[in-house]
Amino acid sequence: MSTLVSASAERVATRRAAVAWRRVRRNTLSLLALGAILTIIGLALAAPLVAPYDPDAPQAEETLQAPGWRHWLGTDIYGRDQLSRIVWAARVDLLVALAATAMALTTGCVLGALAGYRGGLVDQVVMRLVDTIMAFPAFILAMGITAAAGNATANVVVAIAITHVPIYTRLIRSEMLRVREMEYAEAARTVGNRQRRIIFFHLLPNCFPPVIVQATLAMGFAILTVAALSFIGLGIQPPQSEWGAMAAEGASYIVSGEWWIFLFPGLAIMVTVLAFNLVGDSLRDLLDPRMRGVA
Amino acid sequence: MRPLLEVENLSVAFDTDEGTVGAVDAIDLDVRRGEILGLVGESGSGKSVTALAVFRLIRPPGRIAGGSIRFDGRDLLALPEEEMRRIRGAQIAMVFQSPRTALNPVLPVGRQIARLYRLHQGCSAAEARRRTLEMLGLVGIPEPERRARDYAHQLSGGMCQRVMIAMALATSPRLLLADEPTTGLDVSIAAQILDLLRDLGRRTGASIVLITHDLGVVAGLCDRVAVMHAGQLVECADVRSLFREPAHPYTRALVRSIPRVDREVTMEPVPGVVPSLLDAPPGCRYADRCPDVLDVCRTVKPARSARARDHEVACYATEAARVAAPRG
Repeated sequence: MSTLVSASAERVATRRAAVAWRRVRRNTLSLLALGAILTIIGLALAAPLVAPYDPDAPQAEETLQAPGWRHWLGTDIYGRDQLSRIVWAARVDLLVALAATAMALTTGCVLGALAGYRGGLVDQVVMRLVDTIMAFPAFILAMGITAAAGNATANVVVAIAITHVPIYTRLIRSEMLRVREMEYAEAARTVGNRQRRIIFFHLLPNCFPPVIVQATLAMGFAILTVAALSFIGLGIQPPQSEWGAMAAEGASYIVSGEWWIFLFPGLAIMVTVLAFNLVGDSLRDLLDPRMRGVA
Repeated sequence: MRPLLEVENLSVAFDTDEGTVGAVDAIDLDVRRGEILGLVGESGSGKSVTALAVFRLIRPPGRIAGGSIRFDGRDLLALPEEEMRRIRGAQIAMVFQSPRTALNPVLPVGRQIARLYRLHQGCSAAEARRRTLEMLGLVGIPEPERRARDYAHQLSGGMCQRVMIAMALATSPRLLLADEPTTGLDVSIAAQILDLLRDLGRRTGASIVLITHDLGVVAGLCDRVAVMHAGQLVECADVRSLFREPAHPYTRALVRSIPRVDREVTMEPVPGVVPSLLDAPPGCRYADRCPDVLDVCRTVKPARSARARDHEVACYATEAARVAAPRG
């Protein structure tokens, strides 16, 4: 009897330990990801202090240096220091992605909130507009916009923002459909608030939790899009350093053995996007009670 | 003196794919100045819809299908939206059934109240804050400064309802609609909340419409009672006559269904269920549940007739019985 009890107690303890370990492990990963994001942001902000060389200054005698003590991540065909360029490029990539996400989020919030709350004609017009945008593959649409509007940095931001607007609009609209039936929505109406205030001050903040998750995930996707656009020459233009453009320059040197020109910008993209995705995922778990304790 | 609120022939309909739901069917209802009127009926009898109609806040697919609502002589249904908005919250206020969900979860409760002073009385932020704390104290919330910063989920149900009442009474409305204000609360807290409502109503001279399905609450608190069944108003009387001489068969059934501990009376549930309001037939909607039903009940809706002073009932059977055997 006592051995039975202690055996089952042991099993429970083991299972608890396993659950705890899984939680810690998952949290460790998210914490690492969060740390990575903060580090990248920190490096981007401190680029002038951190970068050992001028990112845009060619040095004829230093071309195509392999990673080593003088140039930790090597140099490119013009002899520019890769590390310096990657750090400066973080500024561009993060800023463009952030600006695009902010723009898409703002537009999506306004459109989605109005469509969801008002319903009827407003809803029809907004949602058909969103459907139209979604009918295009996002990347092709972004390509088309930058190709047509000219590839200034501002156009890249707008192009990515436009492809992201539907995500937020639909999400906010569906949340608004739920929230507008809540008793506090009714209460806000009975005390004589203006409709605008009810929508944007009382109800919109209640739609935010899933949107925050989506925005974090979309941030990673936006970085990927900036890099991809630049990779095919439609995004940020040289000589401005940008991860995608740097990877594109390096791609043709892989065969001749200069792997570092391609590898390090590529890694930068991967690590950043992965970090945003991991943080987004754990935010979803945190904000969604149904996911708590699962996995 | 003219009643504060005069509802005449009010109908509210909801247009659905299956047909039209007549949630409120041509009701007349007066709320006098300073009184507490109980609006009683089963779930789905149209009590809450009537309250929302007074605010002109029936949302599609619902609509006010007819009738008039006069507040202090002004026709609310004819007012421009902007003026109606100024009446909401300032002159007519509402207390909701589940206070926890009626308070916005992302705003501290104090800010929600302070907002009203700024919206309707143009107070400065500091003045609004001062009055908010005063109001929170008035509804019996200890440590108002601390509680004002709390969110709804940090307060108990009773506290939430006190906040809700503070909010409703903040701008000294002349009419307060309380929609089952004690449903989610335990009995002792419920009693406190009702006392609070009555005291504050008396102090400010506001009329209160207490929407409830609890006749016990009505007996203890109200001056007059209106009984609704399936969207129709069947009886309206002062509290005393209603409980002593319930006239409508539905009211009689309701009164019999009150559990009593003081007398040897068996409690009887009201027979039948609330009929579907979808494309409801003409006539009295209680006909199918009524023990005294006549043929005419199913075809023509009975008009309300005065039975005594302050006692009106809409029922053919009752009326026929009264004419046949006048009490003397």
